[in-house]
Amino acid sequence: MERQAMKSNSTNPFYLVPYYLWIILFVITPIALVTYFSFFDISGNLTLDNYRNFFSSVYLRLTLSSFWYAFLITLISLLVAYPTAYWLTKTKHKNLWLLLIIIPSWINLLLKAYAFIGIFGLYGPANNLLASIGSERLQILFTDFSFIFVSVYIFIPFMVLPIFNSLDRINPALIDASRDLGASSWTTFTRVIFPLAINGVKAGIQVVFIPALSLFVITRLIAGNKVITLGTAIEQQFLVTQNWGMGSTIAVFLILFMIIIMMITGEKGGTLNGKVK
Amino acid sequence: MSGNSIIRFENVTQKYEGAGTVLNNVSFELQRSKFYTLLGPSGCGKTTILRLIAGFIKPTMGDIYIEGEIVNDFPANERQVNTVFQDYALFPHLNVFENVAFGLRIKKLKGAEIELRVMEALDFVNLPGYEKRKIDEMSGGQRQRVAIARAIVNDPEVILLDEPLSALDLKLRTEMQYELRDLQQRLGKTFIFVTHDQEEALAMSDEIFVMQAGEIQQSGTPMDIYDEPINRFVADFIGESNIVDALMIDDYRVRFANQEFECVDKGFNKNEKVEIVIRPEDLHITRIDRGQITVTVNSQLFRGVHFEISTVDEVGNEWLVHSTKKVEVGSRVGLDFEAEAIHVMGLNESEEAFDARLEAYGAAGYEK
Ligand SMILES: Nc1ncnc2c1ncn2[C@@H]1O[C@H](COP(=O)(O)OP(=O)(O)OP(=O)(O)O)[C@@H](O)[C@H]1O
Ligand SMILES: [Mg+2]
Repeated sequence: MERQAMKSNSTNPFYLVPYYLWIILFVITPIALVTYFSFFDISGNLTLDNYRNFFSSVYLRLTLSSFWYAFLITLISLLVAYPTAYWLTKTKHKNLWLLLIIIPSWINLLLKAYAFIGIFGLYGPANNLLASIGSERLQILFTDFSFIFVSVYIFIPFMVLPIFNSLDRINPALIDASRDLGASSWTTFTRVIFPLAINGVKAGIQVVFIPALSLFVITRLIAGNKVITLGTAIEQQFLVTQNWGMGSTIAVFLILFMIIIMMITGEKGGTLNGKVK
Repeated sequence: MSGNSIIRFENVTQKYEGAGTVLNNVSFELQRSKFYTLLGPSGCGKTTILRLIAGFIKPTMGDIYIEGEIVNDFPANERQVNTVFQDYALFPHLNVFENVAFGLRIKKLKGAEIELRVMEALDFVNLPGYEKRKIDEMSGGQRQRVAIARAIVNDPEVILLDEPLSALDLKLRTEMQYELRDLQQRLGKTFIFVTHDQEEALAMSDEIFVMQAGEIQQSGTPMDIYDEPINRFVADFIGESNIVDALMIDDYRVRFANQEFECVDKGFNKNEKVEIVIRPEDLHITRIDRGQITVTVNSQLFRGVHFEISTVDEVGNEWLVHSTKKVEVGSRVGLDFEAEAIHVMGLNESEEAFDARLEAYGAAGYEK
């Protein structure tokens, strides 16, 4: 099987054409264009000003706040998703439960955002509930809280899936072995389960942190103008200020950050789940 | 219930959802410092017994005693028992040293003592110098030694070994059989060894438990079980055997192959239907006029040490013979055997009834 596959790879590069075409059209070209545009100012002159501007305090603060929000969103997602994934591996119909958790991620982001505007609105169900227990109606929308809450809600399935997969792949005999050698369930978790599933956690962090850095739909709709991230800044430069050069520059940095994060959280090859010999 | 008893099962039944009864009312007692083997075909419940002793599962019914104490509700980490798993279950994220040190670290021993004991254990299993290796850089035989080191380093009273040799090639396997037996004698601990290989069981054990479908069919020393199998299943499972329907005419008289023979068994009813066993190596090929039964040679296989000769007698019983001499296929020859070679088995005799009969009448060559 493997040899055949290798053979067809080496003797028939024709099969790889669609793949390369895809990469060139949708990965390399956009990145090249973005990089190209980042060297022009608003009136079309070649310049490095955009890069100089990025290192001004305004954009640095923006970057910092983007990272902070992405960090919070990732951390809270992880804290919710890990126990959920762990519990999922213990349930009887784990694939059914997994499906139930994943289904919301198929619904359009805008739809979910609008649903939350309804829920968190001044006269929405959340405030109705508060009112019914005698509290004042609160401004929930357009706060840090609502922004993080909704983002976490949206990202949780993406965090649960890789963690579930790596937990589920752990050879159950390893857990028996740990107990057999005298470890309590907690020690078994810290010394065996957690290290063996660490790749799932890394993958989860990657798929949440990177998109969270560049969020703009949720930021706009749920946080209003309270939260400005790299994502909203890019959107603003392109659509409001029409400064494509500056927008591209921010995008270039965003791409750089993503690459760095992927390198930090990337797997070093080889699976450690104990089932692969 | 002597003071030397270390593990006792009392009417233990194990049921799994969907699999029904996996162990059916099993009782036995194990003595300290002996090498026990659970022997039986795949799915008969061997691993289940080990898992019950280790504490990974609780018995559905009955009680399990370790050192005289009921341990049904003790979790695995509170039992003085360590396991060598069927697929070794070594931790892939730890190197050899840390795998072996795992149990000692849990006990929070000092670094220097851990180092000392791990090195000692690795020496014991003939793996010095391997402590920095990753698990996936070790061969099957080496992994198995790591798994043994990881168990013995904790100095448990009982070590459970679940088919630890099944993944090894024949040569290494034979070598490891000697090593394991030797290890058990040096350590002086109780070993409970699982296998479905009867030769392995016969070679290594102080006592064998032959299991079938969740029940212990017979227990005893390798010699007892080989020479005095309780029923067809045990006789068949332990080595090759010729099992033939027979009639017990009287004490010491048994009839099969249309003839009456002298034998050493008694205690059956007159004219009771029985089965007799004769091992292939107890049958000798000779001239027709010197043989006790006359057979025709069907086929012959060279097995290295001996020829395996398949023959059939005049009433259609098949007789397998092990012989160092060749015979001609298709020829008629005589088979000779001694009265002691015939072992009579009652039909559907329980182990208790079997033991009682032997005790009451004292069969030749059977001491207990
Ligand atoms: N967790 C479980 N749930 C349901 N059935 C099980 C479970 N574990 C074992 N069984 C069943 O119990 C029976 C005995 O299993 P066990 O593992 O004890 O067999 P074994 O004698 O060790 O066999 P082998 O030689 O193949 O390892 C089998 O029929 C098996 O399918
Ligand atoms: Mg088994």
